[in-house]
Amino acid sequence: MHSAMQQPFKTAVLILVWGWLLFLVLAPNLLVVGASVMTRDPATFLSLPLNLDAYRQLFAPLYLDVFLHSLYMAAMTTLACLLIGYPFAWALSKVAKQRQLVLIFLLIVPFWTNSLVRTYALKLILATNGLLNSALMSIGLIDEPLQLLYTEGAVIIGLVYLLLPFMILPLYSVFEDLKQELLLASHDLGAGRLSTFLHVIVPLTLPGVLAGVMLVLLPAMGLFFVPDILGGSRNLLVGNVIKNQFLDARNWPFGAAASIVLTITMAFLMFAHRLSKRRLGEEGA
Amino acid sequence: MARWLPRTYLALVYLLLYVPIVVLVVFSFNEARTGYSWGGVSLRWYEALFNNRALVGAMWNSLWLALSAATVSTVIGALTALALHRYRFRGKKLLNGMLFVVMMSPEIVLAISLLALFLLVGLQLGYVSLLLAHVTFCLPFVVITVMARLSGFDESLPEAARDLGASDFTMTRTVLIPVIMPALLAGWLLGFTLSLDDVVVSTFVSGPSYEILPLRIYSMVRVGLKPEVNALGTLLLVFSLVMLMLSQWILIRSKR
Repeated sequence: MHSAMQQPFKTAVLILVWGWLLFLVLAPNLLVVGASVMTRDPATFLSLPLNLDAYRQLFAPLYLDVFLHSLYMAAMTTLACLLIGYPFAWALSKVAKQRQLVLIFLLIVPFWTNSLVRTYALKLILATNGLLNSALMSIGLIDEPLQLLYTEGAVIIGLVYLLLPFMILPLYSVFEDLKQELLLASHDLGAGRLSTFLHVIVPLTLPGVLAGVMLVLLPAMGLFFVPDILGGSRNLLVGNVIKNQFLDARNWPFGAAASIVLTITMAFLMFAHRLSKRRLGEEGA
Repeated sequence: MARWLPRTYLALVYLLLYVPIVVLVVFSFNEARTGYSWGGVSLRWYEALFNNRALVGAMWNSLWLALSAATVSTVIGALTALALHRYRFRGKKLLNGMLFVVMMSPEIVLAISLLALFLLVGLQLGYVSLLLAHVTFCLPFVVITVMARLSGFDESLPEAARDLGASDFTMTRTVLIPVIMPALLAGWLLGFTLSLDDVVVSTFVSGPSYEILPLRIYSMVRVGLKPEVNALGTLLLVFSLVMLMLSQWILIRSKR
């Protein structure tokens, strides 16, 4: 099968690919793990001895508050995306095929456009003398402009706006795979609408829900430019803390530890996603 | 259930997704400085944009970076996809796993790990560090685009080429590359766009020697409203739209 001529090509390709991934993915990640257990040093960034101070600092009241607030905003973002996205994906999967292509295209256009610019566009709408306030005042719903910008709500709106397509696309793909026969069978067996929804549709779309949650929850903790533009100084994300500690305060162990906590959260969500898919596979067989 | 209900809902969500974009485009032609009130149609912000030397410089830097990052990631990504598709080798699962992790990890995690690496090996932050970082986060997207194309491909063609005495390299060049061409183009366009839009990773791995557009915009919009950003955003929007339509057109045409 393998002549002498084809070996060098294979070897060259594998060396290139492995080299890139080991040097730029594996090594940097191990470095972060290492940095998180070292001691902060103003001159060289890091020094011995090894300790868990960074993790302890992470759970100290000052940062714990920021973390919990960030987690809360990320959770609200994810929930809002799910509540908007689930019926949306369902409705989308019912549209005629030809039209679906156009609608999906419209959904990924924002994904291809600059997220910074889109966040800025929200600012035009939410500002004190912005469009939303002017509109509400001109129809007489309010007398004075509402403070919309620089609030927790503004950050959540910004995050939902940027991340909604990431919730919809995996949900859409599970709704596309949903077999109509199963729904009919459930109906024939005497299940009502609610019962079919709870016992057939929800379990079958669960992998899509978890994939969507994974794609929304983590970026919702990391996209530091959203609070910078819309949230003011009190509504920070974990991403802002990591950025400040790493770039401004030069506290590497702390930044690294925070990043590892995010990674562990991701690993946990990936595991749940795998598990839900495997369970479905077994039931389907 | 009434049929109009799901349709109305879809329309409503699309409306919300597009209102900010439409507002941005409309305001980019607004004469008024304040940005909230309408002062008549004008191109003054486009003019201001092109007279802003720093911004134009950053734009060229960004285009060059996106061009090179997309090209390098397409070459490496295509080779990776071919290797994963055709060869058996040790650690294949690990390779797959690393690509998956890069795609799923929050950008900020990738960003600090790369910054730590660059500072450790003493690489000066600038074009090279940005290029390495951008290629890394574009790579998995190219790999999956190409893999998708390869998975629907008739295996008898490369077999035939080999039976006719073609070496592995010749076979790849004459049989496989033409087959995956549409995926390569689509992957390249996606990589180009991802690179041009990236804020999070670039914030960490860029240096003062090489200023790029997203970071320039970032520093502009943090302090108040800048009408030039409306004009710039509109241009970027049109640009991305063209790229996306091109990539969809390539993919759809290749399926026929």
